[in-house]
Amino acid sequence: MDIFAQQLVNGLVLGSIYALVALGYTMVYGILELINFAHGEVTMVGAMVALAVMGALLGVAPDLPGILVVIGGALVAIPACILLGYTIERVAYRPLRQAPRLAPLITAIGVSIILQNVAMLIWGRQYIAFPPILPQATFQIAGAQVSALQIFIVLLSGIAMAGLWFMVQRTRLGRAMRACGESREIASLMGVDVNRIISTTFIIGSALAAVAGLMVSAYYGLAHYYMGFMLGLKAFSAAVLGGIGNLGGAVLGGLLLGVIEALGAGYIGDLTGGFLGSHYQDVFAFLVLIVVLVFRPSGLLGERVAQRA
Amino acid sequence: MSLHTFGWSVLALALLAGCSQKDDGKTVVRIGSVAPLTGAQTHIGKDNENGARLALDEINATGLTLGGKPVRLELIAEDDGAEPKTATIVAQKLVDAGVAGVIGHLNSGTSIPASKLYNAAGIPQISPSATAVKYTAQGYQTAFRVMANDAQQGAALGQFAVKTLKAQKIALIDDRSAYGQGLADEVEKAVRAAGGTVIDRQYTTDKATDFSAILTAIKGKGADLIVFAGMDPQGGPMAKQIKSLGLKAQLLGADGIQNGNFIKLAGADAEGAIASSPGLPLDKMPGGPTFKQRFNAQYGEIQVYAPYAYDAMQVFVAAMKRADSADPKKILAELTKTDHTGVTGQIRFDAKGDTVGGAVTLYQVKNGTWAPLATVQ
Repeated sequence: MDIFAQQLVNGLVLGSIYALVALGYTMVYGILELINFAHGEVTMVGAMVALAVMGALLGVAPDLPGILVVIGGALVAIPACILLGYTIERVAYRPLRQAPRLAPLITAIGVSIILQNVAMLIWGRQYIAFPPILPQATFQIAGAQVSALQIFIVLLSGIAMAGLWFMVQRTRLGRAMRACGESREIASLMGVDVNRIISTTFIIGSALAAVAGLMVSAYYGLAHYYMGFMLGLKAFSAAVLGGIGNLGGAVLGGLLLGVIEALGAGYIGDLTGGFLGSHYQDVFAFLVLIVVLVFRPSGLLGERVAQRA
Repeated sequence: MSLHTFGWSVLALALLAGCSQKDDGKTVVRIGSVAPLTGAQTHIGKDNENGARLALDEINATGLTLGGKPVRLELIAEDDGAEPKTATIVAQKLVDAGVAGVIGHLNSGTSIPASKLYNAAGIPQISPSATAVKYTAQGYQTAFRVMANDAQQGAALGQFAVKTLKAQKIALIDDRSAYGQGLADEVEKAVRAAGGTVIDRQYTTDKATDFSAILTAIKGKGADLIVFAGMDPQGGPMAKQIKSLGLKAQLLGADGIQNGNFIKLAGADAEGAIASSPGLPLDKMPGGPTFKQRFNAQYGEIQVYAPYAYDAMQVFVAAMKRADSADPKKILAELTKTDHTGVTGQIRFDAKGDTVGGAVTLYQVKNGTWAPLATVQ
């Protein structure tokens, strides 16, 4: 079917973005058992910083090729988000390492609100337009119209996820991260510097968030101080859907969520004879989440981790 | 005296000092202005506030006397974020502050719930930009507007789509706000009355940025015209996504997207989009060019509704002068008799609070700016 392929493409692109942000959530939860609600806002900061830098670059050298401007934006946004993520961990979460689980959770929400409002103060309340510097080439693949940007997003997400998987599974750092995920106390007894590993986790997550933020603003052509909220919520739901703490689960959850949203919004009007409209787009994602959690509480790929004694 | 008593005395004195209303000998009359000053629609919200403020400052400069006493007008500008919930809270706040009247709100979705509160308090409310039919259909004596409503705008859009654009397969998208929903319903009615076919009706929200799913569904049905009843934060990305999906349909919108921010957000993809706006083009308005000069000098570019906010304030103060009082009830009685030559044209109210007469103009984006296309009386 003509539009089915198109909806699928839309869903995959959306899903790739969700997956990239979901990885940040799931990595932090795997080690700290903390849902970093501020992660969506870190994504937003990445987008805003990148746009600001790109605007400045275009102001100074308007004839620079679009790709270089975007790379320039990314080169500033990624370190900025890394610094932000690291600071949040040190200032807001580390002091609460021994506190009951609820305290860092509320703190995370607080950090999220702070970041939203600081962004509003710095960059204003308006939607900021992404400069029209990227090539608009489109291709016809299997009956669907796919743009070069969409292909790039899916590829970049895939590379980032593959790189992360390789790092976690095949390197010493990854092994240390997995050890911390199993038990922080025993890992520290084994000679792992737990604080350093946690900081590294936040750094990697924030770098991915910066890339995701830049991609989202490029894809939709705009960024604003509130964009991290819904994105973070959906990405978190994707992480839970796939099994929180599980990297593969985050990817699967993200892709699944994106596809369900796209297909749901596209077909719901026809399926229900106009009773439910496509403005219930957000509802499908969360409905699926609830249904999955009812039947599989640990998520699709989640393992039942034994409770610590 | 003890520190305790001293502290209370200071507090009492401070409170007493703050109670004074008379400033440079004049009585202060407060007028409220409500528009979204935060969120995605800040640019038009600020525009409304500035329009009202320009009028207020000019009136204060010429001087105003009510009941023999000199009066200074004070604008209480409030923010409702285009949210119906916030609108009711802000309306109550203004009612409690004892305003003589309110210029607002901007959106239909906020003006309608707020009108209930103003009606209960008997405070006149003149909206510069709420176009939903429901706003004046509730039977509230206090609800007025200075812009033609969506029955007229929807009819003009429907007619234009079928008769002028000769669209065969029309798809409607609305953002489920009171404004978008009402307008889309009116357009659908008008399209059917003109003999056209609506092949699909899709919905989004006033917070969404991703429309690929609904646009793909519309593409599957082969639409050649997409009517979007909503605001520019959605219209801009939508125009982009229409182009990137290869959807060969004309985009037709209304006053919600007929502003500069739509073109900024949509970039090159805004080219060719058509949108309607109630009223005449600014240059054709009787007081348009001079207003534009004065507004640009003070506040910069006009977004869209500033002339209407200006006229709303002028109409209100004119009624206040006729009533020779700042009592909302007396002003209300005079408001119904309004026959005012404003920047936007001649303003008269009918029994429901709608403006009598009024035109609708269609604009098209040509070379990156909105250019008038046609005017429908």
